[in-house]
Amino acid sequence: MTAEWLLVAAVVACTACADLLQSHGMRRGGARWKVPLSIVFLAASFFSFTQLLRIADLSFAVPATAASLVVETLLARLVLKERVGWKRWGGAVLAAAGVALLAH
Amino acid sequence: MNARALWHTAGVVLLNAAGNFALAVGMKRAAAAAGPVLALLEPAAMAGIMLLIAWMLLRLRLLQMADLSFVLPLTAVGYILNAAMGAAFLGEHVSLARWAGAALITGGAALTSITPAEGAGAGRTEPASERRDGEAA
Repeated sequence: MTAEWLLVAAVVACTACADLLQSHGMRRGGARWKVPLSIVFLAASFFSFTQLLRIADLSFAVPATAASLVVETLLARLVLKERVGWKRWGGAVLAAAGVALLAH
Repeated sequence: MNARALWHTAGVVLLNAAGNFALAVGMKRAAAAAGPVLALLEPAAMAGIMLLIAWMLLRLRLLQMADLSFVLPLTAVGYILNAAMGAAFLGEHVSLARWAGAALITGGAALTSITPAEGAGAGRTEPASERRDGEAA
């Protein structure tokens, strides 16, 4: 199971980095190199996902990568300083609980 | 919401599920000796990648005609659909806990994306960060 979760972590981390860079880079005054770099992270995320599918069930792999919702909500609040409403927190908590259930 | 957008949404969900499914079949069928990159050349895996490219293009088209807050909660169903395809066609044992997990994740993704963009940040004219929240869907 460990290799599966490591790959899930790679997918989630790369997706979060890509989205963070895109969101930053697309803002007015954002550094333009961030958008191309986000594409690199997206590619890494997809590549990790293909490797995850090699060793893990489809019914595990796709839901597990939804952990990126949780990580991105946290990063949106902490790094991008966005205001995060209760529905969004609620959704992130539900998704986190769902991912935790997948571990069983 | 018009019928055209609904048909496109259904197409987006199905293409995503079909793409992930084909990719899963291909990656598992690839010879153990094939490295991580060569495994991608397995025909089913290539088909999966093509389907996922088609999925992204159709999704872009859908986003031209419908709001993201309409699209994302519906496409979140994809989490459950992918689990169902694994159970139905790949012989995966999907435990009750896994079904419940997929259902919670779908609900969570839907709830997250139904939220209207709040407080545009400094110099933001559109909620760019919202755009890819549901990418796995």
